[in-house]
Amino acid sequence: MVVSRVKKVKQEYWARAILLVLIGAALLIPFAGKWLQAVLDDFPTLVIHARMPENGGWSPNRITARVGEPLKLRLTSEDVIHGFSIGKMDEPSVEIEPGKVVEVNLMFNQPGTYTFYCTRWCGENHWRMRGVIEVVGEGTPVVEDQPLYLKIGLDIDAPHPAEEVPSNSVDPQQGSTFARLLPSYAFDKQTYRTSSPAKLWLRLRAEQKLIELSDDEIWNIVAWIWEQQTSPELLAEAKQLYAENCAACHGETGKGDGVMVRDLMPPDTEGHSSGERTRPPDFTDPNHLFGASPALLEGKIIRGGMGTGMPYWGPILTNEQIEALVSYIFQFAWEK
Amino acid sequence: MIRMDLSKSPYIAPFLRNRWPQFLIRAVTLAGFIFTILTGLIGSEVGSNNFAVIFVWIAWWSALKLFFIPLGGRSWCSICPIPMPGEWLQNEGIFKPRRFQSSKRKNWPKALRGNWLQAFAFLLIGLFGAVILTSPRVTALILLGLIIVAFILSLIFERRSFCLYLCPIGGFTGLYAKLAPLEVRAKQSVLCAQHGEKTCYQACPWGQYPLALKSSANCGLCMECLRVCPYDNISVNLRPWGEEISKGSKPTLDETFLGLMMLTTALADAAIFLGPWGKLKAAAYWVGTSAWWWFVIAFLLGALFLMPGLYLLAVWSSTRLARSGSTLRSALTYFSPFLLPLGLTGWIAFTISFAFTKFSYILPVLSDPLGWEWNLLGLSGKASVGEISPLSSFLQVVVIAAGMFWAARTARQLSSSHRQVMPLVMFIASFGIAMLWLLVG
Repeated sequence: MVVSRVKKVKQEYWARAILLVLIGAALLIPFAGKWLQAVLDDFPTLVIHARMPENGGWSPNRITARVGEPLKLRLTSEDVIHGFSIGKMDEPSVEIEPGKVVEVNLMFNQPGTYTFYCTRWCGENHWRMRGVIEVVGEGTPVVEDQPLYLKIGLDIDAPHPAEEVPSNSVDPQQGSTFARLLPSYAFDKQTYRTSSPAKLWLRLRAEQKLIELSDDEIWNIVAWIWEQQTSPELLAEAKQLYAENCAACHGETGKGDGVMVRDLMPPDTEGHSSGERTRPPDFTDPNHLFGASPALLEGKIIRGGMGTGMPYWGPILTNEQIEALVSYIFQFAWEK
Repeated sequence: MIRMDLSKSPYIAPFLRNRWPQFLIRAVTLAGFIFTILTGLIGSEVGSNNFAVIFVWIAWWSALKLFFIPLGGRSWCSICPIPMPGEWLQNEGIFKPRRFQSSKRKNWPKALRGNWLQAFAFLLIGLFGAVILTSPRVTALILLGLIIVAFILSLIFERRSFCLYLCPIGGFTGLYAKLAPLEVRAKQSVLCAQHGEKTCYQACPWGQYPLALKSSANCGLCMECLRVCPYDNISVNLRPWGEEISKGSKPTLDETFLGLMMLTTALADAAIFLGPWGKLKAAAYWVGTSAWWWFVIAFLLGALFLMPGLYLLAVWSSTRLARSGSTLRSALTYFSPFLLPLGLTGWIAFTISFAFTKFSYILPVLSDPLGWEWNLLGLSGKASVGEISPLSSFLQVVVIAAGMFWAARTARQLSSSHRQVMPLVMFIASFGIAMLWLLVG
C-alpha cells in the first residue's frame, strides 16, 4: 500500500514535470527563434509592416539612417500587395506580398530627407501611404531648387480659364514652318514654362511680324512650341508615370473620370472652393487646360492638395519627371 | 443491437485504462494550445502564414468534423486542453480521480442548463466568423478567452460546467455525438444497483451516471468511470451509426433549437466562405459597418425565425396530416432527431470544399509557424490554394445525398405513415438542395 502510494506520487510529479517542460517549450520557441534570428543577422535590420493607410500605412513610418552605412529593411505586408519605393531615386520598386518578407538593402550617399511610398494601388487612400527616411551624417545635403511657381509667385489655386482656344485641331508640323518669323522669346524655355498656351497665343497674335497669319496658324505655332519642349522618349516615360500614379483619378484619357472618383461630383468651375471633394477637371478641355502655364501645372503636381484629394508629388517625382508629365497632360488637350 | 466492447480488447483496453496515454496527449494539446495563442498574438497578421489560423481553422476544425465527431462523437473532448487546468485543480492533481463532493463548488444554475447558451455562443461565432477565421489575433484572443472562462468557471462551479453548458464546440460536438459509433455504457445494471458508492458517478467530470446514460451527448469519453469501477462493469462500445436517434430518444427543445441553428450556420458559412458573392463576404468581414449590421440582421432572422419557422411549418403540416392527437409542442422535439444526420452531413460536405483546397497550408506553417520567414522543415513558402477537384465535388454530393436519405429514413421511422412524413421530407430536400447548390452548383 505504501509502495503504491509512493509510486503514485512519483507518477504525479513526472506528469507535472512533463507538462511544465512542454508548456515551457511552447512559450520559448517563438522568443528563442526571434532571438536567434537577430543573432544570425549580419547587421541590424528593421522590420517595416505595410498596411492599407486606413489601418496604419507603414509602421514605422519614420526611419533614421546614417550616410554611408547600410540600412537593411525587412518589409512585410499584413493585408494586400503593396509596393516599396523611394522618391527621386532610380531603384525599381519592390513588391510586398501579404505574409511574405522581402529584404531591401539601402545605402545613402547624401544626408537629407527621403520619402518612401507605396507603388501599388492598395486602396482608396493608397497615395497617403508614405514614410520618411531621415539620413544624417557627413556630406552635402540634397538641395532642392525652389519650384518655379513659388519663384514667380503664382497662385496655383486661382481659377485659370483660357482666354482663347483653338477652333480647329492643331497641326504643329505646319506651325514649325513659321519658325523663322518668330521673336526670340518664343524659343526661350522660360517663356514656355511661365505662359499658358492661351497667353502665348495672345502675345504672338499681337506680333506685327505675324499679322499675316490666321488664328489657326498661330495656334499651330503654339502647339509646335509645346511639342519642342519634350521628346517621344520623355512622353513614353510620362505615359507610364501617368498610368501608375494619375490615371486612377484623372482617367486614362485625361477626362477626369478615373475609377477612384467616379462617385464624386463633377468639378466646380468656380475653382475648388466649395470644400467638397469633386472630380478632377477634364484635361481634354482646352478651355480649362490652355489657361494653365506649365509652371502652374508643375506647382499643382508638386504641392497637390487643391481640396480635391490630389496628392503631393514633390518628394517623389524628379523635376524631369514632372516636366515630362506636364507635357503629357497638355497633349490631352492638343490632340483634341 | 450489435455492439463491440473495446474495453475487452487486450490491445485497446490498456490504452483506455492507463492514465498515461491520455495524459500525454492532453499535455501535447495543452502545450499546442498555448503555442497557438502565442503565435496568434505575436506572429504574422496574415492568416495564411500563421500557425494559429491554419491549425485551428483548417487542421483542427476539419479534423473535428471529418474525423473526431463522425468516428468518435465527443472523442475530441477527451483530449481537449481547455478544461484541463481547471479540472486538475479541482482534482488536486493530474493523476487523481475526482473525490466525491470534495470541491464544495456550486452547481450550475438550473435556468442556464441545456444547450441554449451553447447555441447562442455558436451563433455569435457565426456572426463574427469571417473575422475570427481569418485573423490570427482574434483567433488567439478567442482561444485565450475560452481557456480563461473555463478556468474561472471551474473555480466557481462543479465539474465541467463550461463544457456542458457554455462551450460552443461542446454543443456542436455533443449534438452530433448522438450519431457517432462510440459509446460508454454500464454492462450489467444489477451490479451498479448493488454498488452503494457509485464511484463512477463520483469520478465523472461530466456529472453523468453511466447506468443512466441513454445519450452520448453529455459523455466526454474521458474513461474515468472505466478506471474507477471496482467491478469492471463499464464498456466502451462500437455501435452502428445513428443508432441512438432512430427510436426511443427523448430530445429536448434546446437540442432541437441547436440542431436547427447548426443547419442555418452551415448554410450561412457555405454562402459566405464558398459562395461567389463578394458583397456578402465583405459585409461579413467588415464588422461594425452598416453592411455588417444588415448581415447580422439577415443572419439572425435566418437562424432565429426563418429556419425554425420552416421547421415549425413542416412539423405542423405533418401533425395535421397524421390526425394523431399529439401537440405541436411535443411534435417539435419528437421529430427533431432527423435534423442531426442532415446537419452533420451538411457540415462534412462544407468542410470538404473548405478544407481540401487549403490542406497545402498545413506543412508550410509548421515550417514557419509565426510567419517570420523561418524554415524549420524546409517547406516554407510552398503553400498554394488547391483546386476544387471533381472528386471532392463528387464526395460532397454523395455525403449530402446520404445525409438526406438518412434524415428521411429517420423521419419516416418517427412518423406513423408515408403521408405524415411528406412535409418533413420536403424540409430535408430543401436544405439538401440548398446546400448542394451552394457547394457544388
